[in-house]
Amino acid sequence: MRLSYSLALTGIAVAAPATVTTAATIDLTVTIPKLTVAEYHKPYVAIFVEQPGGTVAPKTLAVWYDLGKRNNAGTKWVNEMRTWWRKGGRTMKLPADGISGATHAPGPAKVTLNTGDLPVGKYDLVVEASREGGGREVVRLPINLAGGTAKASGTNELGAVTAVVKK
Amino acid sequence: MIKTRILAALGAVSMLAMSGAAQAHHPWILPSSTMADGQDAWVTIDVGVSEALFAPERPAPLTNVKVWAPDGSEVAVEGGVTSKQRSSFDLHLTQQGTYKITNTGGGVMGGYKQNGEMKRLPRDITPDKIASSIPADATDVRINEMSSRVESFVTLGAPSEGAAFKPTGKGLELEPVGHMSDFVTDEPAKFRFLADGKPAANIAVTLIPGGTRYRDARGEISLTTDANGVVEIKWPEAGMYWLGASAKGAPTVQGATERRMSYAATIEVLTP
Repeated sequence: MRLSYSLALTGIAVAAPATVTTAATIDLTVTIPKLTVAEYHKPYVAIFVEQPGGTVAPKTLAVWYDLGKRNNAGTKWVNEMRTWWRKGGRTMKLPADGISGATHAPGPAKVTLNTGDLPVGKYDLVVEASREGGGREVVRLPINLAGGTAKASGTNELGAVTAVVKK
Repeated sequence: MIKTRILAALGAVSMLAMSGAAQAHHPWILPSSTMADGQDAWVTIDVGVSEALFAPERPAPLTNVKVWAPDGSEVAVEGGVTSKQRSSFDLHLTQQGTYKITNTGGGVMGGYKQNGEMKRLPRDITPDKIASSIPADATDVRINEMSSRVESFVTLGAPSEGAAFKPTGKGLELEPVGHMSDFVTDEPAKFRFLADGKPAANIAVTLIPGGTRYRDARGEISLTTDANGVVEIKWPEAGMYWLGASAKGAPTVQGATERRMSYAATIEVLTP
């Protein structure tokens, strides 16, 4: 944080400095597990960043759902991604440019996401999957917007999730 | 499991409330879902009284059931049915925000001693008839003024705390501290109880998780409101909960010797 650092050095008392923001790109790999079930549907997936215990509103980066349905009908089940739904999904209009995406078949799904400007701080990158006729799972990766790599893995509805953050 | 005589649901609730013992039968309003989304949605609302939560046992009449939309307007309850074990109606949610469903009741009941014999006042007595119903030689007169409020909450889209939640200032009520739906296990919830519009301090609040039929223990959680009438609840698990409380107060009806107010709500808690 070069800005606050220089302020500290000069020793000038500053009243409530403006929030310092930063933006990062995230190269994300989400592994959709191959499941042997009678009726398989590709999962809906929501990806968002949130500040654990912080004041920054969660920010949706991607929502993968059935885009092919007529009359935007695929959005009917996005609330099955309950965590994302509560954290901001229900106030969003879908489809949303740069956010809406198609569902992915089993295997590693690679996407590049841009966080846009966010106040500097610690964040969780949250990946939530929900499958029709199946379950739901949330995987959290603590990330640093300044850069770095984070890995986590789900157990049922999600496999390995890897995020490479670049400022 | 003592089978009580079948009484009119409200009467039964009041009788039990009067006994002062823990309510064996719980009045409830049970929505099929408390969270919905889209431009509009339907939920089914069941209304009943039962010992096992939330298993239909006895219906509560829909006569006094009211629905309040997020903007505070009243929504007519249409096409309701009262069947053997529960009452039920479909609710069409058309406004974004939180709806409140209420069932309120009240009245007076009591009795006196005459020539050493306990006599009971007629069950449906109105307050204006109390004085004339008590003989001059009656002793041990006990007239209990009662009010009950049963509620539940259903949200379309994001929760709201608008006009629907303006307290009436009568009886025991719940005032949202934050919101009245959208509860999850990892976030403690706070509720404020009001007695006649003022914080109900130090009253006992009971929380019972649904599904009592499937476990040996009742699993009751007993809480007490603080000086501001507030309780904080840490949800042990996801599910449908019954929240109940009662309070005593100064009678407002001429001739009443005591007053009891009760409140119950059904609250759904989801996994985060």
